[in-house]
Amino acid sequence: MRFLVRRLGFLFVALWAALTVNFFIPRLMPGNPAESMMAKFHGHVNPAAIKALEVAFGINNHQSLMASYFQYINNTLHGNLGLSLSYFPIPVSTVIMRALPWSLGLVGVSTIFGFLIGTALGAIAAWRRGGILDNVLPPTFIVISAFPYFWIGLLCVWFFALTLGWFPILGGYTETATVTWSWGFVGDILWHSVLPAFTILLTSIGGWILTMRNNMITVVAEDYVKMARAKGLKPRRILWQYAGRNALLPNLTGFAMSLGFVISGAILVEYVFNYPGLGFTLLQAVQNEDYPLMQSLFLLITVAVLVAIFISDIATALLDPRTRASS
Amino acid sequence: MRLLYKLGDALRRSFDFLRRDKKAMAGAIILFILLVISAFPNWFTPDNPSAEIYSPGAGVSWAHPLGTTSFGQDVFSQLMAGTRQSVMIALIVGFISTILSVGIGITAAYSGGIVDDVLSMVTDVVLVIPTFPLIIVITAYLKSASFWLMVLVLVITGWSYGARQLRVQALSLRNRDYLLAAKARGESSWYVISVELIPPMTSLIVANFLGAALYAVLTAAGLQFVGLGNINTQSWGTMLYWAQNNEALSIGLPLWALAPGVAIAVLGSGLALLNYAFDEIANPALRPVSKRRLKKVGA
Repeated sequence: MRFLVRRLGFLFVALWAALTVNFFIPRLMPGNPAESMMAKFHGHVNPAAIKALEVAFGINNHQSLMASYFQYINNTLHGNLGLSLSYFPIPVSTVIMRALPWSLGLVGVSTIFGFLIGTALGAIAAWRRGGILDNVLPPTFIVISAFPYFWIGLLCVWFFALTLGWFPILGGYTETATVTWSWGFVGDILWHSVLPAFTILLTSIGGWILTMRNNMITVVAEDYVKMARAKGLKPRRILWQYAGRNALLPNLTGFAMSLGFVISGAILVEYVFNYPGLGFTLLQAVQNEDYPLMQSLFLLITVAVLVAIFISDIATALLDPRTRASS
Repeated sequence: MRLLYKLGDALRRSFDFLRRDKKAMAGAIILFILLVISAFPNWFTPDNPSAEIYSPGAGVSWAHPLGTTSFGQDVFSQLMAGTRQSVMIALIVGFISTILSVGIGITAAYSGGIVDDVLSMVTDVVLVIPTFPLIIVITAYLKSASFWLMVLVLVITGWSYGARQLRVQALSLRNRDYLLAAKARGESSWYVISVELIPPMTSLIVANFLGAALYAVLTAAGLQFVGLGNINTQSWGTMLYWAQNNEALSIGLPLWALAPGVAIAVLGSGLALLNYAFDEIANPALRPVSKRRLKKVGA
């Protein structure tokens, strides 16, 4: 219980920090670029919308910094993120909701698969110490991890889409297709997601392999594994039910810590493939100087990562009594 | 005299280490070559990297080993000239981040109590907030990031991982007898930290430097790729930006877009390979098992 309270406390501190950073960034920038953005909108937009933007960006406002800080937090907590400038007058939340499922599907599924496959490969590599997998996997993935995520995406586009013509070059679905819940359309979506998903999988899997392998090497030397061997249990059973389970625990924490890194890579992968998710929307917002959309996206991505970390913390605590006891 | 001797000893030991560890050797050779290229790019290419004087979109030839861009610039020259910025980013960000990590991580572990609580909390918050979207937002306001601005942003976002690791290691050393003995002798905290606490952590600190440098290279390349760096400087990231904006892949100039990525990866692999070797020093269990020992254990 204390553990849960501690982790919840951390979740809230981190959320508060992200909100605060988000509030102060536009105010700390030289020359307040938001002001020029506002100038474009005077006259075209209803005064209430202008007012909300002014609060968000700290322009023409005579209230104290503290007052506008609380007003901003209040607005954000109520889901009032303002209006998007590039899709005007659509609210930012609507634009985000349109992009969210794409990212959740692509990044969520490929990250989970990457974690599962990588962890399994790492465990097997460490189990057969000095075997083929153990000799080939670590150096291969050290080199792959040194490639920029987005560049692997470019390589996939060039080879699988342009040269071989097996997959579509970009987009989340065929533009001319009718958007329905038919098998054909779902298939089209899956077809478009193969290359970006493969890119994310390939670039994130190395981290899981290496950390799992390293944990496993330590665990395999433990007495209870020797005991299991001595009892004459089947190697497969020792691998997964004795050593693997215990080596997995630190990797779950690692999962939480490197999630932010995976998301960052995924932003650029979406950009390379023009995949209509949050990352692509974020970079488009940057190009269009759509500050409200940009900042809300940063906030949303942060919240998503923090919640995912919280969930993996809880999962670790459920699986490992030691974490509960030590806190 | 003693200092000179110590320095010589350290050098000799690092050469021994490189000779024994193939991964470390490969990493060191890669980094050395890139350092030479970034110091003297003109030795490797006679051409002006930004001059638009050749036939645009030319293929591979003796004159242009990697072809030319659609503006008529020599791709190979751009690659050589771009080396310097990536190497500088790696070294400078790696160095400053490491100093921050060591300072914050060790202060937290050594002081304990409320100082540790506050510093650990700050470290963890910086660690979990996804940095790349944050960097994108900051540089978007500033239109584009100059070299030093990029260094600043990468340092602010890059120190936390190392600080966390170093804190954990320092905590495990804090109550060892030799540290308690130094304190009992009445040595100052400064002495205890710099002479007794930090030296045993050297390999972890070096690993952190390499990790931070790798993070900096990849993140900077990503920022430049989407046009948030200074697009008029010579770097591998900006090469990728121009290649992507001119659709190099679909107009039949794949080398223009693929070569800078390979270059980034070469630098990155050099750092990562060395990093891996230092990990093995910090954690002896990870070292490759010799054939003989394997047979004896019967695994």
